[in-house]
Amino acid sequence: MVVYLWNLLDLVLAGLVVALGWAAVASADLKRGIVLFIAFGLLLAIIWARLNAPDLALAEAAIGAGLSGALLLAALRDEPHTGDVIGFTRGPVAWATTVLSLVVAGTVAWALLHAHAAADPIRLADKVTVHLEHSGVSNPVTAVLLNYRAYDTLLELAVLLAAALGIMAVGPARPAYKPAGPLFGALVYWLVPLLIVIGGYLLWVGAHAPGGAFQAGALLAAAAVMLRLGGNPAAGLPGPVAQRWLLVCGVAVFISVGLLVTVGGHAFLQYPHGWSGMLILLIEIAATLAIATTLALAYVGGTTPASQGTLSEQQIKNHRASD
Amino acid sequence: MIEFIAMLIIMIGISFFAAGSIGLLRLPDLYTRLHALTKADNLGLGLIVVGLAMISGSLLMTMKLLLIWILVLAGSAASAHLIAQQALRREQN
Repeated sequence: MVVYLWNLLDLVLAGLVVALGWAAVASADLKRGIVLFIAFGLLLAIIWARLNAPDLALAEAAIGAGLSGALLLAALRDEPHTGDVIGFTRGPVAWATTVLSLVVAGTVAWALLHAHAAADPIRLADKVTVHLEHSGVSNPVTAVLLNYRAYDTLLELAVLLAAALGIMAVGPARPAYKPAGPLFGALVYWLVPLLIVIGGYLLWVGAHAPGGAFQAGALLAAAAVMLRLGGNPAAGLPGPVAQRWLLVCGVAVFISVGLLVTVGGHAFLQYPHGWSGMLILLIEIAATLAIATTLALAYVGGTTPASQGTLSEQQIKNHRASD
Repeated sequence: MIEFIAMLIIMIGISFFAAGSIGLLRLPDLYTRLHALTKADNLGLGLIVVGLAMISGSLLMTMKLLLIWILVLAGSAASAHLIAQQALRREQN
């Protein structure tokens, strides 16, 4: 009986995620589409949790739903309101996209089906658990990301750095928001310190439980988004020079650690025995700062001058005048 | 016995969520819908948190659950206020 109920829940989740995805793409109103997309991301997070992948659920909820949603809403705010924006294109392009999507979906479904049907599969998960005690951490996801497949994570950070360079090349930051009213100001005042503490907790706990650099970085970036919405034009980021250092520190520390261990005769990124835990923590701290800065920079839309505690009188006047 | 009471409290919490969702769909304008959504869901979540805390069996887990409830309370109270304020301003213009 209970098994049937779980199956029913899974079917409802699978049906809902397809329906929400379709509704988000097909919505003619862009704002409605974005809100549906955020709901889609939250539902995906629930599905990851249901699949016993809490690390992915956290990342999806924080980055996929939260920060992507904030980025899309910020982009919509700066979009000129022409009124003839159509979310769903028609004609041959739409047809080609639909056919291509169906082919990709079919291929993935086929591959998944055969992956499950493969006889006597060599499960990678077993290998991960067997060597877990040598990895320096006890959370298998962190072991894969920062030890077994550290190279992949290094390249992911490099992709983020390239994205940040692209954002900086596009132009200056977007215009700031008005200073918040008393209610939202109080929310920022209470939530930002809490977000920073929870971000630090997630970074630390990643060694033995769900968490890690990406989730922690996303939470710090969420604090930056709150500050920006509260009227801080630089979203709490330091000055331009420090910003650049923070942006590159993830890749820089990762490569430095990788190269330093080769001095002791190991391969690139092959941590010496007994040092793994400390080196992984060092890399994750740098990665968290880099990820948070990149995401915050993406939300602000470019390099900004250093954050000040409050806005100057002139800035406040300008904001009021631009209303 | 405690599990039974916890389940009962969670069920009551879920019914508040259902009432809030029905209100969101059925009520006539934005302000009443906001009222249904934030008030009923906060109470529903509070009851679910109490029920889960009773069967969690650890103080740390209970504290985490309470923290989640407080955060949701603060978030939904602030967002309800901001949405209502914005709608009111738009009406006055």
